[in-house]
Amino acid sequence: MKDDIILKVENLSKQYRLGTVGTGTISHDFNRFLARIRGKEDPYLKIGESNDRASKSESEYVWALKDINFEVKRGEVLGIIGKNGAGKSTLLKILSKVTGPTTGTIKSNGRIASLLEVGTGFHPEMTGKENIFLNGAILGMTKKEIQAKLDEIVSFSGCERYIDTPVKRYSSGMKVRLAFAVAAHLEPDILVVDEVLAVGDAEFQKKAIGKMQDISNTDGRTVLFVSHDMGAIRSLCTKTIMLDDGLVYAKGQTDEIISEYLNKSISSQSAVLENSKYIEWIKVYNQESDNIPIINIGDELILRIKFTKKINIYGSIDYCFIGFENEDQRRVLSIATHMDRSFNGIFDSEKILECKIMNLNLIQGRYKLMLAIGSKNENIEINRDLIFIDIHDNNFYDNGFKINKNQGFILEKPKWRNIEVK
Amino acid sequence: MQRDKWLFEISPKNNLFDLNLKEVWQYRDLLMLFVKRDVVTLYKQTILGPLWYLIQPLFTSIIFTLVFNTIAGISTGQIPPFLFNLAGVTVWNYFKECLTATSDTFKTNEAIFGKVYFPRVIMPMSIVISNLLKFGIQLFIFICFYLYYYFNGYEITPNTYILFFPLLIIAMGMIGLGLGMIISSMVTKYRDLTFLVAFGVQLLMYLSAVMYPLDLMREKLGNVLGGKDLSWIVDLNPIAHLIEFSRFILLNDGDYSTFGIVYTTLFTIAVFFLGLLIFNKTEKTFIDTI
Repeated sequence: MKDDIILKVENLSKQYRLGTVGTGTISHDFNRFLARIRGKEDPYLKIGESNDRASKSESEYVWALKDINFEVKRGEVLGIIGKNGAGKSTLLKILSKVTGPTTGTIKSNGRIASLLEVGTGFHPEMTGKENIFLNGAILGMTKKEIQAKLDEIVSFSGCERYIDTPVKRYSSGMKVRLAFAVAAHLEPDILVVDEVLAVGDAEFQKKAIGKMQDISNTDGRTVLFVSHDMGAIRSLCTKTIMLDDGLVYAKGQTDEIISEYLNKSISSQSAVLENSKYIEWIKVYNQESDNIPIINIGDELILRIKFTKKINIYGSIDYCFIGFENEDQRRVLSIATHMDRSFNGIFDSEKILECKIMNLNLIQGRYKLMLAIGSKNENIEINRDLIFIDIHDNNFYDNGFKINKNQGFILEKPKWRNIEVK
Repeated sequence: MQRDKWLFEISPKNNLFDLNLKEVWQYRDLLMLFVKRDVVTLYKQTILGPLWYLIQPLFTSIIFTLVFNTIAGISTGQIPPFLFNLAGVTVWNYFKECLTATSDTFKTNEAIFGKVYFPRVIMPMSIVISNLLKFGIQLFIFICFYLYYYFNGYEITPNTYILFFPLLIIAMGMIGLGLGMIISSMVTKYRDLTFLVAFGVQLLMYLSAVMYPLDLMREKLGNVLGGKDLSWIVDLNPIAHLIEFSRFILLNDGDYSTFGIVYTTLFTIAVFFLGLLIFNKTEKTFIDTI
């Protein structure tokens, strides 16, 4: 049983000092030193606040991580999710020994290697082959190991022809491929992967994720994977940890944690799409006001979408598609500009696209929106889990009658009448 | 209960003397690859290439000869002043290069250190080793002039102690590395030190008897400003001893003292291990403070 656990994180905390290093630093250092020679605790460890970026902090010290505890079993792929600033990167940095923890320990029964960024330490003046050796050695391989795998690495990278050319002559794509080829042939017991891997084109991402699946499935090695991409987490990870403000907010089966994360992190009313190329933001209104919308069954719903400048460059966008998903991840409504051909406008960064739904008759509950744009019946970009809309039941039938969720997805107020029998 | 079963452990505080030399040994390939990288990429995109390493000591020696020997009239005895200065400059340069290049290890390698872990001490060590190449080039030019003067009738012969020359260079490298590691550890937090190093090294050169005999310096410092004896400055400077000793074995000029040798050896070992300790302590968290 206990042999199964390959990595154990105990009460791990990391404190950072805010602000700049200045004259205050030396006096704090001196106080610390005094405390230490008198055998007392570091006076600055007692203070410090949890890491909430948005609120203004009183203290100069902040806990980027606080009392993190978890265990990883051999062969498990553990996902780590959380919004920006939740402490994911700090955790990875400590795991990969780039920085030390303030308190707590990490115990492991295997070698940890990290892929925080591919191509670390590439020297532009050196040839591809020389860089394979250098990069491999930086990542912890011995010369022998690299020599044994050299052919494999070179063919995986697809750079055979350029292998004796200085790396500065490489295209950026080739550099990334060469670097990833080295990293992919690393054989640690525990691999720590940051989502920085996710830069690069779709093919590269696919290759990277495929390789990671191989590592855990066929080789039985443990992977810790940090990402914002819920799709990648869902397809790779068996268990997931969600960090929030430096604390473990939830841990457990991936699906449960992801839905918890989405419920907590995506907001209502508006969303700025940081990861989207073409869409800047989407906002929800009812009626024309800017107020926080309370949307009741049957209300009017207005969605406004602002595009980025890239959409003008792309040019030939034909449609914009919005899908509503209910809490069971089931699509309950699809609307798009091209369905009824009533939209004659253009997709342009200078213009906001507005979609007005006259009567939104969806049953009460929480709906997540997905937004896609496409050209010639093919989606160019799909953004899932953007924003949620809570639809409330505010006496839809005007008589207090309530309908429950088992009775359907859509509410309707039909006209009932008698037709005389002749 | 299973306390001792873990193979690896990451915890906030290491034992101060836990130098992890075993780990450094595991990464020895990386050390050699860094050295190779430095050597291979040294002359890329320069027109004069290795010549730069000749020009600098040659011109420095010429200027020193002009200023200290021709103008100030300091005598170097049997030895041609130019060769005397060149010997000092060559040995001094190795120390200087080691010190200045290692003293900002953390700052220049911030990007790579922030991404991946390997024993950080590999980096300054590789600098000291690859600097040996530059030193070799400079030593070569020194030998050329040596032979030139020799065949022109100057009576210069190396000393039998020449066998100790490699040890002397190792000591130079170790002091440079040790001081460099101490400084680079402190630079992570207090950048002020970078300014100090730049001109501190210059001052140290004058105090290390690079361009005048140690005896002369000791004698002159023995009577400063109305009888104050400041010769301890020379005696406590291990670099001065090393340079004097190297001139003694290369040119058979000057003298050495037992005190100098013992003191310098102890100093070298002390500063090297102190540097290792401080560096080792800093490497864990420097990325947060740099």
